[in-house]
Order: sequence, then structure tokens, then C-alpha cells
Amino acid sequence: MSALPHDEVEAVYRAEFGAVVASLAARFRDLDLAEEMAQEAFVEAVRRWPTEGVPPNPGGWLTVVARNRAIDRLRRESTRKSRSEEAMVLSAAEDPSAPVTSVTDERLRLLFTCCHPALAPEARVALTLRLLGGLTVPEVAAAFLVPERTMAQRITRAKRKIAAANIPYRVPRDHELPDRLAGVLAVIYLVFTEGHLPAGGGHGIRDDLCAEAIRLGRVLRALMPDEPEVTGLLALMLLTDARRAARLDAGGALVTLDAQDRSVWDREKIAEGHALVRECLRRNRPGHYQLLAAVNAVHTDAATGSETDWGQVLALYDQLMVVTPTPVVALNRAVALAEVSGPGAALEAVEVLPLDGYHPFHATRADLLRRLGRRPDAVAAYQRALDLATNPAERAFLERRRAELS
Amino acid sequence: MERVRDTAYGRVLTDTIEETTMTQYLLSVWHDRDATPEDIYPTAQERDEAYAATGAFNEELQASGSWVFAGGLHPPATATVVDGTGTDVVMTDGPFSEAKEQIGGFWVVEAADLDAALDLAARGSKACRGKVEVRPFQGE
Repeated sequence: MSALPHDEVEAVYRAEFGAVVASLAARFRDLDLAEEMAQEAFVEAVRRWPTEGVPPNPGGWLTVVARNRAIDRLRRESTRKSRSEEAMVLSAAEDPSAPVTSVTDERLRLLFTCCHPALAPEARVALTLRLLGGLTVPEVAAAFLVPERTMAQRITRAKRKIAAANIPYRVPRDHELPDRLAGVLAVIYLVFTEGHLPAGGGHGIRDDLCAEAIRLGRVLRALMPDEPEVTGLLALMLLTDARRAARLDAGGALVTLDAQDRSVWDREKIAEGHALVRECLRRNRPGHYQLLAAVNAVHTDAATGSETDWGQVLALYDQLMVVTPTPVVALNRAVALAEVSGPGAALEAVEVLPLDGYHPFHATRADLLRRLGRRPDAVAAYQRALDLATNPAERAFLERRRAELS
Repeated sequence: MERVRDTAYGRVLTDTIEETTMTQYLLSVWHDRDATPEDIYPTAQERDEAYAATGAFNEELQASGSWVFAGGLHPPATATVVDGTGTDVVMTDGPFSEAKEQIGGFWVVEAADLDAALDLAARGSKACRGKVEVRPFQGE
């Protein structure tokens, strides 16, 4: 038999790691054990599949192997436990169809647990990427520009807290679900935005983050098909990611929407995104992510920047201001307002916003001042934006704009 | 967790039993050490309402079986730190921590899981008008 291509095992790993961890976590209620045994199962797979071939149900194979390893580990440690062997979880058979909750349910439980509000936001993201995304600790560390040791500690502490504080391993009850779901969506979107506009710039792992976020979004949508915000988030990510190829120029500077080469936009992702947005509209339960997705749908619907239906975008932002009345939303609304009512009206709306530490605020101000012919003020605003911006692609764009005016 | 029992046919899975292990939590109330009662309760009515609300919360804890112990503490100035780690026992007047925020009282509760404890803490925090820290006790 030919050797199994590394990519194929890697692909199965990414696809199945979360499911295996989830299955073990449900059974043994021990995330450390689940993670370690899932890891060992993959080592076993790398050892055996090249000669035996990939099994027809790789996830099931991995789960059974991991489960057996876990039982062996627990048996070896059982002398520590005061309870009798009867209390140990044993499987009567190796049959993957043994009576347990479905794999999809278990991944949902794992996701909600990783995103529990008692965990710090960065811990939730790290845990989700490691346990559900199957990213290695070095990969998660690289994604967020922290040393590997720091990330390892972050993940270990989070798992320890889950165990020590007795964070329940379950899908939240109905009355808790809206808030908890919002937390999960925020984590997934955070992963996406970090991939889309990384704080430190660079590629490679960052494109992977967008893909991972979209994958998690799809998993969540399969698990919760009736939640319109879940659909909305997936649509938003697809429509944003569809434009990835056009976002940077040859020099690595950011290309704004109006200047992008639309011929390199991913039409498949756009079509899928539009279909999802239409589904959301039919449900008529608008929310934050759905509205942002709709804005992106309007943008990606236009053949050229000048054909963009800005009135529609503005109307959507008006709705978004009702749902999420934050200064950042007001800022983005002002960008649309500029297209509808002119840069003067937009600048008025922008100036009052308390966003002095937020570089897009200054970048937006700068652009509006530029359009109003107020050059020195525009240059100062671009400078202020540059003082705050860290992403290299953004900085290159801002520097060029500033240079054009000086 | 699933349970097994031995039968003539070998080990057999019986029903899945949900283990209800209770966890004990310390719910400690924290206030600004420089805060006067007037800062925490702007009016006498506010103070009375807070006391009544806290009393009602305590009753709910007892009725639901969550209550283990609770009490309000005298201010930090009434505390003494005892250090017996060296050869001599050293006593110091005042609280251990010089931090701005000081503990004012606490509940010890028993809850099914952190979510239940957090829910109790939210109600307690609202009742006593203070921030509450939820910390799990180590098990047996």
C-alpha cells in the first residue's frame, strides 16, 4: 500500500479532533483526559492508517481507540479512587453505535463549555481553537502572537478552572441560551476577525484562522439550524472572506472596498452568503450578525463600487444601531452616511464619537476631512491613525494616503 | 456516568445515571475600604431595603438547601494578622491586604455546579449592593 499523504491525515485530524474530544469529554467529564487521549488516537492513526488505509468512519475509529486508551488510563489510576470499580465508566462493547448521545450534541456541549462566561475571553478563544479546532498549542500561540508557554498555561488554567469550579458540561438551558449563544458567536467571530485583519500582520496561519472560524460556524449551524444569528454569522464570515483575494495589493497594502478588483472575489462564497442572508430575511428575527451580513450582501451584490446601494446600507446600519447602539457601529454607519448625504454630514456624526483610541475612527475622520478639502486636518488625522494602527497592511495604506496629501 | 453490573451474561450496561455531586463555594462580598455606609447605601431607605433584600436572600438559601454558613464581618480595622510561620508568633493590627477593596462578609453555599453558584452570587450581589467573588472549595 502506498504511504498515506500527510495532508490527508492532517485533514482528517482537523475535521475529527473536535468530535473525538467532545465524545470523550461527554463520557469521562475530564477535558485533560479527553484531549490527551484524542491526541494518542491520532498518533495511532498515523502509525496504522498508512498500511491499513483510512477506515470508512475515521471519527468512529478514533473515538473507539481514544476511549479504550482512556479506560486503560483510568484503570491504572483506579487505585487512587475511593469508589469501587463499578463507578468507572466501562463500555460493554467496542461498537461505535453504543447508546451514547449523538456526536453532534457532544460537540455543541464542548463548544458551550469552552465559551463559558466564567472564562476570560482569550481563554475561551484558545480553548475553542485547541479542543474544537484541533489546532496545536504552537499554532494557537502563533495566531495570537503570544509565546507558546503563555498559551499552554492559558489553556491549562482554563481546563483547571472548568474542573475546579465545576463548570457544568452541558448545552445551556433555554433561559440561559440567548446570552450563552452570543458568547459562542463572539468567540467564533473573534477568531475570524483575527484571521481577517491580524494585529501583527502576516499570512499563512491567518488564512487558516478564517477557514477555521468558518468551519466552526458551519458546525454550529448544523447543530443549531433554527438560530438565525448563527446563520447570520456564517453568512457574514463567508461574504467577508469572499473578498480576501482582493484585499491586499502587490505591495501588501490594504485595498479599500471601492478600489478592489471584484473579478477575484470568490463567487461561490458570495452565492452561499447571499442564500443564507435570504434565509435570515425569511425568518424575520433580525440580529447583530444578520444585519452585518446583510450589509456585506449589499456590497457584494454590486458589480462596481459606484453601483453600491448605499441607501440600503445606511438603512441596515440604522437597524443595527437599534440592536447594537455602540460608537463603532455609529462610525461604520457614518461611512454609509457620507455616501448618501455627503462627507460634511458624516463628519458631524463622527466627531462626537468617543473613539479616540480606535485607529479606524481617525482613519475615517481623515478620509472625510480629505474629501472636504481640509488637508492639514486630514494629514493630522492620518498621523493619529498611524500612531495607533499595528497591522502592516493597514499602516501601508494609511501611510500612502498621508503621503498623497503632504 | 454509566453504570455496569455483573450478570451471568457478563458485564451489562444499566441506566445512565446523572451524578449530582454538589460543590461548595465561597461567595465573598467586597467593598471599597474607604467607602462609608452612606457611599454604599445613599439613603436610610436604601440601607433598609438592602438589609431586607439580603435577609430575604438568606432565607431563600436556607429554604433551597444551598445555605451552609454566612455572616457579615466587622470593618477591616478590627482585624489582626497572625503570622506563626517563623519561630515567634507575630501579630499585626489591621487586615492582611492593604488593597483598596476589602471583604465585608460572605456566604458558604452548596450548589450543583458553577452556573447555579453564579446565579446565587448574582442574587446575593444585587441584594447586598456589593461585588461578590465566587470561589470553589477543594473537594474531599
